[in-house]
Amino acid sequence: MTEVPLKLTAKDFRSDQEVRWCPGCGDFAILSAIQSFMPELGIPREQITFVSGIGCSSRFPYYLNTYGMHSIHGRAPAIASGLAISRPDLSVWVVSGDGDALSIGGNHLIHALRRNVNIKILMFNNRIYGLTKGQCSPTSEFGKVTKSTPVGSRDTPFNPIAVALGAEASFVARTIDSDRKHLHSVLRAAAAHQGSAFIEIYQNCAIFNDGAFDVLKDPASRDSVLVRLEHGKPITFGASGEKCVVREPRGFGLEVADTASVPRSEIIVHDETVPGPAYAFTLSRLSDQDLSNTPVGVFRRVARPAYESLVQEQNAAARTGVADATPDDLLAELLHTGNTWTIR
Amino acid sequence: MAKQIQHLDRVAIRFAGDSGDGMQLTGDRFASETAILGNDLSTLPNYPAEIRAPSGSLHGVSSFQVHFAAHDVLTPGDSPDVLVAMNPAALRANLADLPPNAEIIVNTDEFTPRNLEKVGYTSNPLENDSLDGFIVHRVPLTSATIAALADFEVSKKDAERAKNMFALGLLSWMYSRPTEGTVEFLRQKFAKKPKIAAANVAAFQAGWNYGETTEDFAVRYEVKPANLEPGTYRSVNGNSALAYGLVAAGLRAHLPVFLGAYPITPASEILHELSGYKRYGVTTFQAEDEIAAVGSALGASYGGALGVTSTSGPGLALKTETLGLAVMLELPLVIVDVQRAGPSTGLPTKTEQSDLNIALFGRHGEAPLAVIAARSPADCFYAALEAARIALTYRMPVILLSDGYLANGSEPWLLPDPADLPDLRVEFATEPNGPDGKFLPYLHDPHTLARPWAVPGTPGLEHRVGGLEKADGTGAVSYVPADHDLMMRLRAARVEAIDVPDLEVEDPTGDARVLVLGWGSTYGPVGAACRKLRERGVAIAQAHLRHISPLPRNVGTVLAGYDRVVIPEMNLGQLAHVIRDRYLVDAVSYNKVNGQPFTSAELETVLEEVVRND
Repeated sequence: MTEVPLKLTAKDFRSDQEVRWCPGCGDFAILSAIQSFMPELGIPREQITFVSGIGCSSRFPYYLNTYGMHSIHGRAPAIASGLAISRPDLSVWVVSGDGDALSIGGNHLIHALRRNVNIKILMFNNRIYGLTKGQCSPTSEFGKVTKSTPVGSRDTPFNPIAVALGAEASFVARTIDSDRKHLHSVLRAAAAHQGSAFIEIYQNCAIFNDGAFDVLKDPASRDSVLVRLEHGKPITFGASGEKCVVREPRGFGLEVADTASVPRSEIIVHDETVPGPAYAFTLSRLSDQDLSNTPVGVFRRVARPAYESLVQEQNAAARTGVADATPDDLLAELLHTGNTWTIR
Repeated sequence: MAKQIQHLDRVAIRFAGDSGDGMQLTGDRFASETAILGNDLSTLPNYPAEIRAPSGSLHGVSSFQVHFAAHDVLTPGDSPDVLVAMNPAALRANLADLPPNAEIIVNTDEFTPRNLEKVGYTSNPLENDSLDGFIVHRVPLTSATIAALADFEVSKKDAERAKNMFALGLLSWMYSRPTEGTVEFLRQKFAKKPKIAAANVAAFQAGWNYGETTEDFAVRYEVKPANLEPGTYRSVNGNSALAYGLVAAGLRAHLPVFLGAYPITPASEILHELSGYKRYGVTTFQAEDEIAAVGSALGASYGGALGVTSTSGPGLALKTETLGLAVMLELPLVIVDVQRAGPSTGLPTKTEQSDLNIALFGRHGEAPLAVIAARSPADCFYAALEAARIALTYRMPVILLSDGYLANGSEPWLLPDPADLPDLRVEFATEPNGPDGKFLPYLHDPHTLARPWAVPGTPGLEHRVGGLEKADGTGAVSYVPADHDLMMRLRAARVEAIDVPDLEVEDPTGDARVLVLGWGSTYGPVGAACRKLRERGVAIAQAHLRHISPLPRNVGTVLAGYDRVVIPEMNLGQLAHVIRDRYLVDAVSYNKVNGQPFTSAELETVLEEVVRND
């Protein structure tokens, strides 16, 4: 049988539901980017499922014409895990936010990542609680003034990339809502990856944290702060590549240096496939809460068997000879295995 | 010397010793010998929550009770007729449970000043009058075992460890049990250590010979086989029967079973057992917490599997938000709650029926679902099938209540022919069901009020579900007041639409004026109490609920037919509350919340009092 190539377009992935985000929300750009990316997967719509938690971002599944579930706060990775494990034929995506994934659902996120379940987790990070109208989130900057922290937050935020790496994630990346081309490149790499993919998407909340990522978007500032990671290429940034990443003289970290002042050979060449997580971790620490030196792109991409393939292997080994038996035969076999006795 | 043989109708024996004495194994072997002989039986272990309690201490005592008879047995027995006490702690911890004239077999070797002191005995009970009124057999179990194994190539420690087999041999002699099964069992268990196997077999035989030759044991007992239905049996406890039931449900539904679970006492064995049944279409997932356990099961159900999660009270509390989602999503899901004594951590290894309220009402908003309960260890198999039937047919979460008493108690189970079990096959949606080729995921079947189960991978039926309120039919998110009102009433109607069999009443004489209404694991002790009352000419009717949500349709009529309704529960009156509320019946609520199951004797007294005062 010859495969008829699928000819889907972005329009095919639009549902009939009216999109209800605030004007100027970064979610529109991400939705549009994903709708235009999906046809590229070459997967029929019915084979794709989006599972979300609760929050502005989690309305996502309603707007995609695939299978979808808008579940409960923080639990999407757990629900998606059950779906992906029992249905390895599906392409399963999780849409979440910084509060959903890192606060109420932090436990499920880290365990999905360590198991390497084949789910692609998109975490929209706007550094604020939007749907509950403006409280600080686990990624809000220290000292941030919000409705729940009127004189400044006392919480140290998570670095989501570092959290994912600490949780043994095999694929970790960051991108930005407004950069469709970059977003597509990261989605492409994630989709091709076997196992969990964690993608942090910086996303603007126009109402409660407007402009949080402007420094990364503004043509006047972005070149000096945005570190575009490209596999196999030296890590340099700045309008004319005047800054670069080198090893710290002390400890095991990385730091930013003037490209002109270091020998070319000392500039770190980005390698997504370094087996240990330490390299990607130090990269994730280049940026601070003020977004200086913010790497975007794929931090880590290492091959590790997907959880469900390991589960399927065990199941297949246990099911030798099962194909020839009826369900009733199998049940009789089970019930009569072990110690039985007969009364006549 | 010829031994006298006495025939008994029924006997309850309790083996008690230190956690390290192998009492569970000893009791289990005795039960197996008894089953093969054809007696009906029921067993109940009792062991400490601590994994390795200090040896010789009171809280390190582990016991196993076997109740067997020449007729059908409903409970593991109120109080043991025979106590085997392997040390002073075992004697002290169990003595209060013994009726007058009970037989006690004590291991005299362990009654050392140090061991006596450990459990607070100021003088040796074997040497004072504290055991007057009991028949005490003083047996040097440890030294007799070591002496019997003098010629075997085993260490003194290994020889001493075989003393439980000596005790088993002695009891097997006393009650004329067959021995071949245990000899074979020991050879297999120690197949890789033939010397240990030989020593244990020898200790077992030495115990038998001790009974045969020692004058202390003048009487031997026989309990004739019960009139059991012919067929193949196996011994099951509630947790293993429940695991078999879930496998059976998957096979009878032609669906894979997905169990998401987090370890918790006393439900963990369900996870353990099912993790060994991959061959039969089961996938198990040990989740990071109780919430992920139920979440993953719901995800699997969404994908077309029979999603199941197993837990106990604290875990059920954590799962409640996801159960609300499952109610909204109208997807099949089985939640097994093996109840234990609560609240909070409570008494994890002790039994209770105190989760009925959380099962019925423990969700925010109004989130009605089906609740059923198992009544005996073997019944857990059929209860699991029934839970799956309701979940699959009516597309809703079903809470199946078991408890610690059922989970650990065991009884012989006549194995069913798989073909006789309910056919649970379901049809997934494959075609659009609405006008213009549209798919309406919330279009409800007029009879079952179930919505179509359209699983991902089905072309043309792509749709979104979620926890937000929705419009009937389309399932689209809706904030329209009328839609919420409709859906709230619809979700309640969905539970009431479940077809459940009528409540049956057992009243052999037909002239009872008092009905005892039970649910769950009280079935055994209530049944035994009713039997004893009827033997004494006291008329009493018994009815036992499998379905608590929805209740059988005839419950109101049944209750109205009696002057008094008594509801015994291992809680402070949760079913009684429901019955009073629903039927305006002034039921007598009899409650026990000490972590122990009812004894039939206490129920007999209570029920008789109600009958006499009627």
